[in-house]
Amino acid sequence: MSEPLHGVVVSHAELAAALVVAVRAISGVDDVLIPVSNEGCDPKALAARIEAAIGGVPAVLFVDLPGGSCLTSAIRLAHGHADIAVVTGVNLAMLLDFVFHRDVSPAEAARRAVEAGGRAIRSPAA
Amino acid sequence: MSLALVRLDDRLIHGQVVVGWGQPLNAAFIVLVDDEVRGSEWEQDLYRMGVPPNMEVVFASLAEAERRLSEWQADDRTGILLAGDIDTMTALVAGSGGRIRQVNIGGVHHRAGRSERLRYVYLTDDEAAKLRHLASNGVLVSAQDVPTARAVPIGEFL
Repeated sequence: MSEPLHGVVVSHAELAAALVVAVRAISGVDDVLIPVSNEGCDPKALAARIEAAIGGVPAVLFVDLPGGSCLTSAIRLAHGHADIAVVTGVNLAMLLDFVFHRDVSPAEAARRAVEAGGRAIRSPAA
Repeated sequence: MSLALVRLDDRLIHGQVVVGWGQPLNAAFIVLVDDEVRGSEWEQDLYRMGVPPNMEVVFASLAEAERRLSEWQADDRTGILLAGDIDTMTALVAGSGGRIRQVNIGGVHHRAGRSERLRYVYLTDDEAAKLRHLASNGVLVSAQDVPTARAVPIGEFL
């Protein structure tokens, strides 16, 4: 890879911004994740926000839900672009893993994010 | 139960529809009326992603919706009908022969030429006039993004 990936977190309301703040607080890594909210957006406006956040460089789009306006806009942008991958069900664990493993292809980063995010979902014995 | 909600929402199928309205209404099917989506399998697959497997999605063109409206209204299950733009909704209501008595405005968002009427309703003057025309014909038009919010009658924001 010529340059490390960056991530765009796409969510309802302020969830994306909060996740990005939390990643920065835990990891100390800055300027890797960009939050995008769907607040006040129709699909075209949201797509424009996401596209601006991608900035024409290889990226992974981390989307909150596996359906709905955030996902449909993200997939429209990624369609036919191998340098953009989409992951749904974004959580803090997958973002923390991502910021330290960005020298891979978008597809590989997405696969890794699914694993890292999934591993974090547990019901530990109390 | 037929169509419990006839909604204008430019995001079409999304969280507020599937979860916010779909859960309390116990909706079993969603009718998405949109000529462009009706013509694209890829777009339909995208919208299906946001819908649980126990909820049927029907993709209809405006012409198909006009023909099948009675069928959906007579369905034993509860359904939600969605249109994403004002012209489609007004045409559907006009073609319904009075069978659509109530329209929910769930989201019409900012775009060049539109001005804010509510936090989630932006309209051009022409679009506002079309909605007022619906109301003047006896259709109950109100804005309400989620069921727990107050339904705002059209007279309060237009």
